[in-house]
Amino acid sequence: MLNESYIRVLDVDLGTGRVRALRRPDLQRYLGGVGLATALLTEYVRPDLDPLAPEQPIVIAIGPLSTIYPAVTKAIAMFRSPLNGELGESHAGGRLALAMRYAGYDALVLHGRAPRPVYLYVDSDQVLLKRADTLWGMDAEEAGRVLRDLEPGRGHRSIMRIGPAGERLVRYALVNCETYRHFGRLGLGAVFGSKLLKGIYISGDCDIPIPNVKEYNRVYTEIYRRIVSTDAMQKYHDLGTPANVLALHELGALPTRNLQSGRFEGAAEISGEAFAEHDLMRKVACSGCPIGCIHIALLRQQFGDEHEYSWTGISYDHELLYSLGSLLGIASRHGILRLLDRVAQKGLDAIATGVTLAWATEAADRGLIDTRELGTDLSFGDVEGYLKAIDAIVEGRSELARHLALGVTAAARHYGGEDFALALGGNPVAGYHTGYANVLGQLVGARHSHVDNGGYSIDQKPRELTDEEIVDGVIAEEQERNALNSLAICMFARKIYDRPTALAALKAIGIPWTEQDWVDLGRRIYREKVALKESFGFSYRDLRVPARFFETPSMRGRLDPQRFAQLLELFNERLNAIRVA
Amino acid sequence: MAKILTAPAMSRCIGCYSCMLACARLNYGSYSPRHAALQIRTQGGLQGRLVADICRACREPACAEACPTGALSPRRGGGVTLRAEECIGCQACVRACPLGVIYWPKNGRTPIVCRHCGLCVRYCPHGCLAMEEVPDAE
Repeated sequence: MLNESYIRVLDVDLGTGRVRALRRPDLQRYLGGVGLATALLTEYVRPDLDPLAPEQPIVIAIGPLSTIYPAVTKAIAMFRSPLNGELGESHAGGRLALAMRYAGYDALVLHGRAPRPVYLYVDSDQVLLKRADTLWGMDAEEAGRVLRDLEPGRGHRSIMRIGPAGERLVRYALVNCETYRHFGRLGLGAVFGSKLLKGIYISGDCDIPIPNVKEYNRVYTEIYRRIVSTDAMQKYHDLGTPANVLALHELGALPTRNLQSGRFEGAAEISGEAFAEHDLMRKVACSGCPIGCIHIALLRQQFGDEHEYSWTGISYDHELLYSLGSLLGIASRHGILRLLDRVAQKGLDAIATGVTLAWATEAADRGLIDTRELGTDLSFGDVEGYLKAIDAIVEGRSELARHLALGVTAAARHYGGEDFALALGGNPVAGYHTGYANVLGQLVGARHSHVDNGGYSIDQKPRELTDEEIVDGVIAEEQERNALNSLAICMFARKIYDRPTALAALKAIGIPWTEQDWVDLGRRIYREKVALKESFGFSYRDLRVPARFFETPSMRGRLDPQRFAQLLELFNERLNAIRVA
Repeated sequence: MAKILTAPAMSRCIGCYSCMLACARLNYGSYSPRHAALQIRTQGGLQGRLVADICRACREPACAEACPTGALSPRRGGGVTLRAEECIGCQACVRACPLGVIYWPKNGRTPIVCRHCGLCVRYCPHGCLAMEEVPDAE
C-alpha cells in the first residue's frame, strides 16, 4: 500500500462468500506485481490438486508504482495453468491496475468455487458476489456491455469477463479486460470458468495523499518527458508491434504455415504498415500511459445488398497477425480481423488458437485427424474453415474438437504429430523464429513465454553469440524482468525504467531501495518460480523441443539439435548454481 | 484577458489520464485521478468515444449562486474561485452544477472545482485540451 508499511490483500472465498482484507507487512519485501503474486501463489496453491480444482487460487497483483508513474499499467495474474499444468502467469493492461490501486488493494486472491454463476464486485467500500446466471453464456463483448450498464464508476473501473470459451473450460481461454486488453496466456479464462466466475468489476475512488509532492512531481515529470519527447518508445506508438511482421519476414524469422517457413509471401499485405495505412481507426492507451500503443482497426463487413454494413473496432498486435495470419497462411487483413473478432467474442487466446489450428491443418494433411469432425475442411489461407473450427472447438462438438480444446500439446500427444506442434513447455509459441535464444528462452522461461526473458531479442544481436552468452543472457534478463515486473511496468517501457530510474521512482514515493535489494529480488523470484514449477512436476532435465524448430531455418540459419542440447546442459549447470546460491 | 480550459480535440484522446493525474498531483496533492477537477471517461466502453467532463466556465455560475456563504464566487473570464476557508461543506454547489462536474471527494471538506490553471493541458500528449483566451466578464 502506498504510504503504508504493509501489502493489502483481498482474500475472497467464492465458495462460502467469506471476504477478508488482510494487512501483510511480511510481503513488503516482494515490492508487488510478480514478486507479490509469486509469494501469494506459493502460499495458496495446491500442487497436489488439478489446476481446475475449486481450491486453486487466482492471484492478481499490482505494484507500488502502478498508475502513479507513466506506463506502469500492468496487473499480474498468477495461477496454476490448466493448459500445461504448471506455472500460470499472465499480464494485462487496461484500467485494472488503476481500479485496484484506488479500491485500495495490492492483490486479490480468489479461491473456491461459487455455487452458481457469479461476478465479483469490488469497490473501496464493499465486496459483493452478485448473480451472473443471466450473463452466463454471453460472449465477452455483450457481457462487458451489460456490466458497464449495470454498475457505476465510469472512467475509474475495470471490467474483466470471460466468454463462452472460459465457461466451457477451453484450456487456452482468456480473461478480457476493458475489451482491448487481456490476461491472454495459459488459460486463466478456464480457471474463472471452473469457479463459475463470469467476471470481476473493480472500481476505486479513494484519495491517497502524496507525502512529497515536489520530489514525486520532479521524477514523474522527467519520466513523462522521456516517454513523450524522445524516440525511446516511438516504435510502440507509431506502427506498434506490427512493425515486426515485415521486418521478421525479411529476416526469415516470421513463422509461416505452421513454421514450414520463416518467410511469408503475404507479409506486405498483413504488415503493420498496411494496417496503419488502410485499417487503423484510432489508438488508445492503458490508464496512466501517455503512449497509446493499442492499435484499433476498423472491421467493416457487408451484411446485405444496398450497401448495408456493420462495423467493429478490433485491436491488433504482432502476435495476433502472426498467429491468426502468417501461421495460418492468411494474407488478407480483412480475414485476419474476422478471426480476431471471433476469438475475442469467444474469449480465446489468439496465439494458442492460431498454433492449435495450424497444427490441425498440417495434421489433417498428413491424415492424422479428420477435420470433418469439426464440420469443415482446414487448409492454410482458408478463413471460413478456421472460423467454423473455432466455433466447433468452443462448443466441444466432437471428440476431435474436445481434444483441440485441451491445447496443441495434448492434442498432438493423443493423435501424433508432436514434431510439428509448436509449443514449448506446453505453451504455444510467439511469432519469432530468430534462433537458439528464442527457443531456449521459451523452453526454460518460467511461464514459457517470449517475454519471460526476450530470447528473440538476444538472437537479434549483430554478432554470433557463444553458448555462455546465450544461456547467461536469458537468465540475467529473466531475473531483471522479475524485478521490473514486481513494479508491474509495461514491458514496452523497459528502456525507460532502467535501474536508476526505477530506484528513483521508488525513492520519491518513500520506498528507499538499493540496487542490491533490486538484484536480490530478481534472483529470489527466479528461484521461487523454479521451486513452484518443480512442485507442479516440471523438470528442467526432461525438456523436449519439437523437430520443426530445427528443420525450418531460423534467422540464424538452421538450428543444430546437438548445440541446443549443449545449451540446455549449460543452462542446468547454471540453474544448479542458482539453487544453492 | 482571462483564460479558460477547453477540450477542443477530444477525438484525439487516447485515455491516458495524464491530465487528471497532473491536476490531482499538483492542485490537490493526491495520487488519485478521481481527485481532479476534470474527468476523462469513455462513452460506451473503449469501443466508444472518450469524453472530457470539464468546467465550462459559466459566466453566471449556478454553483456560485447556490453557495450560501460566498465561498464560491464568479471568476474573471468565467467559472468560479473557491475560498476554502469560507466553505461550510453543504455541497449545494455539487447539486447546482448543471453539468455535474463539481466533485465532492469522499470524506472531503471542500469541493474540487476547476481553477482553469492549465496544468492539465501541459501534460496532455495529444493536444486534446487547450487554454482559450476569453474577454473578461462585465
